[in-house]
Amino acid sequence: MKIGRRSFLSFVVGGAAGTAITPLPWKLTDDSSIWSQNWPWTPVPPDGEYSQSDSVCTLCPGGCGITVRKVDDRVVKIEGMKGHPINDGGLCLMGLSGLQLLYGPTRVKTPLKRVGKRGEGKWEKISWDEAISEVTKKLADIRSNGESHAVGSIVDSESGTVPNLFKRFLTAYGSPNFMTMPSIQDSYGMTLQLMHGVSAQAGFDAENADFILSFGSGIIDGWGSPVRMFKANSAWKANGKKVVQIEPRLSNTAAKSDKWIPIKPGTEAALALGLANVIITNSLDSKKISQSTGFESFKKLVQNEYSTDKVSKITGINSATIVSLAKNFARASKPLAICGKGQGSIPGNLNEFMAVHALNALVGNINEDGGVWAVTETDYIKWPELEMDSVAESGMQKERIDGAGSEYPHAKSLLNRLAEVINSGDGSLEVIFVSGANPLYSMPDSKAMKTAFDSIPFVVSFSSYMDETAGNADLILPNHVYLERYEDVPTLAGLSKPIVGLTRPVVKPQFNTKHVGDVVMLIAKALGGGMADAFPWESYEACLKETLGVKWDVLVKKGFEFNGDKCILEGDFNFYPEAMKSLSNFSPVSVEGSVISYPLILIPYDSIRLANGYIGDPPFAIKAVEDTVLKDKNSCVEINPKTGKELGLTEGRYAFLHTPRGKAKVKVHLYEGIMPGIVALPRGLGHTAYDKYLAGKGCNFNELIGPTEDPVSGLDAAWGIRARLTKV
Amino acid sequence: MSTQDDKAKEVSADGVAGPIILFFILGLAASLVFGWIIFPKLLYSQKKQPIDFNHVLHVEAVEEGCESCHFFREDGSFSGIPKLEQCVDCHEDAQGEDPNEIKFVEEYVANGREVPWLVYARQPDCVFFSHAAHVKKAEMDCGTCHGHIGESEHSRVYEENRITGYSRDIWGKNISGLKKHTWERMKMDDCAECHATKEIGTDVETLPWPINWLPRPYEKQTGNQARVKTVKEACFVCHK
Ligand code: SF4
Repeated sequence: MKIGRRSFLSFVVGGAAGTAITPLPWKLTDDSSIWSQNWPWTPVPPDGEYSQSDSVCTLCPGGCGITVRKVDDRVVKIEGMKGHPINDGGLCLMGLSGLQLLYGPTRVKTPLKRVGKRGEGKWEKISWDEAISEVTKKLADIRSNGESHAVGSIVDSESGTVPNLFKRFLTAYGSPNFMTMPSIQDSYGMTLQLMHGVSAQAGFDAENADFILSFGSGIIDGWGSPVRMFKANSAWKANGKKVVQIEPRLSNTAAKSDKWIPIKPGTEAALALGLANVIITNSLDSKKISQSTGFESFKKLVQNEYSTDKVSKITGINSATIVSLAKNFARASKPLAICGKGQGSIPGNLNEFMAVHALNALVGNINEDGGVWAVTETDYIKWPELEMDSVAESGMQKERIDGAGSEYPHAKSLLNRLAEVINSGDGSLEVIFVSGANPLYSMPDSKAMKTAFDSIPFVVSFSSYMDETAGNADLILPNHVYLERYEDVPTLAGLSKPIVGLTRPVVKPQFNTKHVGDVVMLIAKALGGGMADAFPWESYEACLKETLGVKWDVLVKKGFEFNGDKCILEGDFNFYPEAMKSLSNFSPVSVEGSVISYPLILIPYDSIRLANGYIGDPPFAIKAVEDTVLKDKNSCVEINPKTGKELGLTEGRYAFLHTPRGKAKVKVHLYEGIMPGIVALPRGLGHTAYDKYLAGKGCNFNELIGPTEDPVSGLDAAWGIRARLTKV
Repeated sequence: MSTQDDKAKEVSADGVAGPIILFFILGLAASLVFGWIIFPKLLYSQKKQPIDFNHVLHVEAVEEGCESCHFFREDGSFSGIPKLEQCVDCHEDAQGEDPNEIKFVEEYVANGREVPWLVYARQPDCVFFSHAAHVKKAEMDCGTCHGHIGESEHSRVYEENRITGYSRDIWGKNISGLKKHTWERMKMDDCAECHATKEIGTDVETLPWPINWLPRPYEKQTGNQARVKTVKEACFVCHK
């Protein structure tokens, strides 16, 4: 028999028919689909025992309670803590992505010593002993040369045990240069100091207010304690409360408000005083408060200088709107005015804060439901009196490098001035410690900050992550991340009631890191003498336990401590403190740059999806950024279609954005929601450090702007800068 | 001219009709043998458990049956195969002479190493399965899904699918996907036998059939009041 082509074909056909009635094709289809679900790079939480622990999120100043879910020893999810007084089960995108900061590739895994040039990224792994003795040797030399004041530190805030350990360290060492990252808290604190004579932070009973007048505060863009503000905003919506948003750009907050009033940026103080004028003229002011010191002068000021017509000219808002806004605000039963732009990372113009506070006082909402209260700074830190030796004494008598307390008597810290002072040769530092902060990214004119750092011979970073500042340090002494350590988290952030939270080690440290509190103490102990005596505790944990006293048990059990009482904003209210005198002749907060070379004005905007403080966006969060904000690795600028037409720029085109401080390539996004002549750029992009998910995406707003000193506070009041857009 | 050619073709066509059928049958037979017999052998690799475990012996020695070792944790989650920690309660030292026992104590207990048991019923990671809901709430017994494993004296050979990496128990021993008993298969369709159809207080007789769209007329009343049929957001009950 000849096996021909036909026979072969029929064999194949028979085979195919037979195969179809075996399980083979169906089984293989099923198996291959399962196989594709189980590719090894798909991350899968291990199976094991589930557990949960309560802690606090520290990724922003919001202080949310978190419940961390684990499988055996692996954290698999972070959820909002149910029943927590700030966020009651809610959580923001950053809080949710915290896991990626614990396990992600951006962690510094062991102490590192720079071997290449600064910022080159060449490191040598060293032991903790070597690292600590390195720092100790430097500090001992500087101190013995009588230069102790040339050591400075930059930390995230001034409250809590860790910042206070740094402060104590510097005091015992002999340096007044304890600096903190700026925020609106500085301005609010100073406002209360000047108008009430008290040292406290402003707290807002936002939940109970029924008319919220926001001078550009990003209520749902990350202002104050973000999740709490989200919740308050939802409650206002549900109960028909009014929100009026005043800002030049239709932000998310503005879009969700009941009324958006665009204003010429930098003129907010004038509007607040103009509203005050309408309220007083129409006798809508609270009679109780008009007995206060300075009321008559304040009244004279607003009536003479802030007539509706004049304010309308200054702010660009029409007179009728001003009058009706003032009346509606004053007639509301629980009106509340807040300020501090966007997420509040720039302290802002002190006059504006005082004017807005006066407006609150005028409608009688201080210490009232839905009004303004006080939140006092942490009061549990009562450490033994420091015994300062002669070096410490003389070091502490030196003026601070940033001029806080001397040139600007009301200010506590003016980090915004540091770069300028160092770069102009007016001052210098030998050593800088940076903890929980990333000034080389997040300070305005970050390039100038980098130049200043370049001239500081020894930069020590305590960062857990390879951020911009750590990348440019000489030594990195990595701290545990918040999920690996104990730390008290006092939350002020505009809450009406003070809350202290406690982060706890929900997992054991993943790498060879050490608690920054322990490291500070180890260095002090290695320096010996009075320095060692200043830190009588065995470890940071022992110090924390002793400091918190009875609070410790409550905190360990619940994760937070909260007594539920609001604090009275005490002191005699003064409507017209000395510092307000400059308002008798209004001039808007100036912007840098000439109109001729830079016809536009660049302003920043904040988004709840973009972190712009110490941490950068984790991979999960950066994925959530819209195409109109970040496109193809380029930041988008928003301009009004009218501006676009004038400049011949269309949607999606590349352009160069120039300011007196820098230049960046951007994409154009035409947006009706921005005033003509203004360009808006998102904050939180343009990192050069962290991981490949974040670095190289967009441009850093802080490279394009410089600080503007507020004449009264010395704090940074810059809200924008002159700019030019040119076609690529 | 053309006539001759046509004839030649006809003749040859007639001549090969027989072989064509024969080859068709050969092809058919070969593929049937391959698909039903050789393919399953190729598809699964055979693995032995690290220790040969005797369930019978253990069930006799403990008081609370399956739950003595496969217990629910305090939070309601199920512990699955016991960790070394539980075994050590009794097996700190070797009990008797059995070589498996000795191997267990020397290799695992003494070194504090977990036994890398091969789990016959391991589901893909995308599947969320609550033992508590089935065992506590619906009062199903272990055997419904796991069969008579408690009566085994030796550990079965673990057959691992070379493509998916899962145990053969999931698809079922029978390569055709048919089953006689509830515990013979653990695919989604087997879950769906109850979840797609079972209303409050009804029970469904198992169909010897893995396909979900066939009508299921075999519902009967039970005393259980729990709602089983998953309706709204049904997918996300099991697929998290
Ligand atoms: S708002 Fe702040 S504290 Fe709260 S979860 Fe988000 S990042 Fe964390």
